[in-house]
Amino acid sequence: MGLTSQAAASTFADETRTNASLTKFLHGLPGVDQVGADERAAMLSTRSIKTSAKAEGIDLAISMIDLTTLEGMDTAGKIKTLCAKAQRPDPFDPTTPSVAAVCVYGDKVAQAKSYLTGTSIQVAAVATAFPSGRASRAVKLLDTSDAVAQGADEIDMVIDRGAFLEGRYLDVFEEIQEVKVACKSAHLKVIFETGELRTYDNVRRASWLAMIAGADFIKTSTGKVAPAATLPVTLVMLQAIRDFHNAGQRKIGMKPAGGIRTTKDALRYLVLVKETLGDAWLTPDLFRLGASSVLNDLLMQRKKLQTGAYSGPDYVTVD
Amino acid sequence: MSEHIEVRRTAKLFIGGAFPRSESGRTYEVKSPEGKFIANVAQGSRKDARDAVTAARAIQPKWAGATAYNRGQILYRIAEMMEGRRAQFIDEVSPWAKSAKKAEAEVDEAIDRWIWFAGWSDKIAMVVGSSNPVAGPFFNFSVPEPTGVVAAIAPSRPSLLGLVDTIAPIIVSGNTVVVIASEDAPMAAVTLGEVLATSDLPGGVINILTGSYAEVAPWLASHMDVNAIDLSGVENEKVAADLEKAAAENLKRSLRPGIELDGLTRIKNWLELKTVWHPRGF
Repeated sequence: MGLTSQAAASTFADETRTNASLTKFLHGLPGVDQVGADERAAMLSTRSIKTSAKAEGIDLAISMIDLTTLEGMDTAGKIKTLCAKAQRPDPFDPTTPSVAAVCVYGDKVAQAKSYLTGTSIQVAAVATAFPSGRASRAVKLLDTSDAVAQGADEIDMVIDRGAFLEGRYLDVFEEIQEVKVACKSAHLKVIFETGELRTYDNVRRASWLAMIAGADFIKTSTGKVAPAATLPVTLVMLQAIRDFHNAGQRKIGMKPAGGIRTTKDALRYLVLVKETLGDAWLTPDLFRLGASSVLNDLLMQRKKLQTGAYSGPDYVTVD
Repeated sequence: MSEHIEVRRTAKLFIGGAFPRSESGRTYEVKSPEGKFIANVAQGSRKDARDAVTAARAIQPKWAGATAYNRGQILYRIAEMMEGRRAQFIDEVSPWAKSAKKAEAEVDEAIDRWIWFAGWSDKIAMVVGSSNPVAGPFFNFSVPEPTGVVAAIAPSRPSLLGLVDTIAPIIVSGNTVVVIASEDAPMAAVTLGEVLATSDLPGGVINILTGSYAEVAPWLASHMDVNAIDLSGVENEKVAADLEKAAAENLKRSLRPGIELDGLTRIKNWLELKTVWHPRGF
């Protein structure tokens, strides 16, 4: 990442001066051809990936997972088993790569961190009154800096969808900027909750808004709202990332989250990334899968390729 | 009115309560013993078998958790639905039956078989289970539990009765089944799928694949999420031995071909006994 987020903000200084200028810029972005986006995503998802390419794809997908638990009933024990699984997804096979990160609520960061010391696995925390984002800005910022103080390497924030839909883009913009400052060195992922944004045009606008404001990653959803990540929405966001980079800006990462359950789903996302952004983005630094159940399916598929026999849920850990 | 053009049925698989074509897109020709063309039938592949196991696994806890009374009622309902299609079944088994009379007899017996097994659903636990004498202040019970997901290769003849005799004793106790029907006489199996779909049977409890068992069965035998395998319909000894070997990998309960069992023993074959100790009150 050669360019800093400040550089982006200064490049777009005119556009982000007032809500009116920001609205003019965002609404001036070319509209998304909905039918075209749906068709392209559907067409790319028919691609068949076999044998050695599939094996590589599975290992790559495992190494990109943000292994997530975001439940009210998360216990210390749950965090511990999650962290153990993150390091060694398949205890019987040490050649299995570890995942990219574990993603937890802010109050579980210190715990997760303690189980992951000495590993390259990042700890991501959701913040800013996740998942609704309905709290005052002061609370959101405190939520963020608290998670960072506990040692979070990455922060997953939610945008204020209400403000976005009301057209108060500048409020959303400034909030992302302030959260980015509160993150200090932690990476910032911005969640749009695309299921609540209604249109692909809104998804494209939100993508640009977040990227200009300083997001390191843009992320589809919280996983608490249906529909969560879909292929066409991810495609629209990947195209925004591509256009942003082509405009001489930083490389932004992408994280689809929620609803990704099977190996086939995961591989389809990888195809989408490769076809839209190229090999440069096929790294855990720039692409993540927000999911937990998909890991077991990836492990079963991995076993199938190794042994030639179908595996079953009895041979992977219960989450 | 214009002249009616016959609308032909597409013979498809029965997986998870739905009727998909084979994932592979393949079909094969079914001919009568005299070589007369009967129909094109879906030729199931290993991926169809995989999907069927997934469906069978997903519904198994619910099916096992249903009351024995409810399972019995559903088996009874299958017989009712078959009765309504009696003429069609007779038509479909007759090319392979020795005579029209024998075809009728086979269908009637197949319908009766469902009733017979239906009756066992709420009695099997009493017959197989026991209260055991132990030296201590405990109750000690043995209770039968279903094995889980069972794969089965149905005998090629009699194509309908053999199929019913294979699957009814498996599912009556709460197991779910993926069965490969008679390869050269699959027509009655296809119709049975349509009967099952209208019998209140939860989708996935019975999954019927048509096609070559020599091709598909090895994938079921080696599948780690299948708990037992019924090899009754395997005629080739070499294939049977290979399937048994593959099934041993995760210690599947296997039933070898060529073993004649009475109905009750057939049910017992797919049960596990669980013995529990319980302190006796003071």
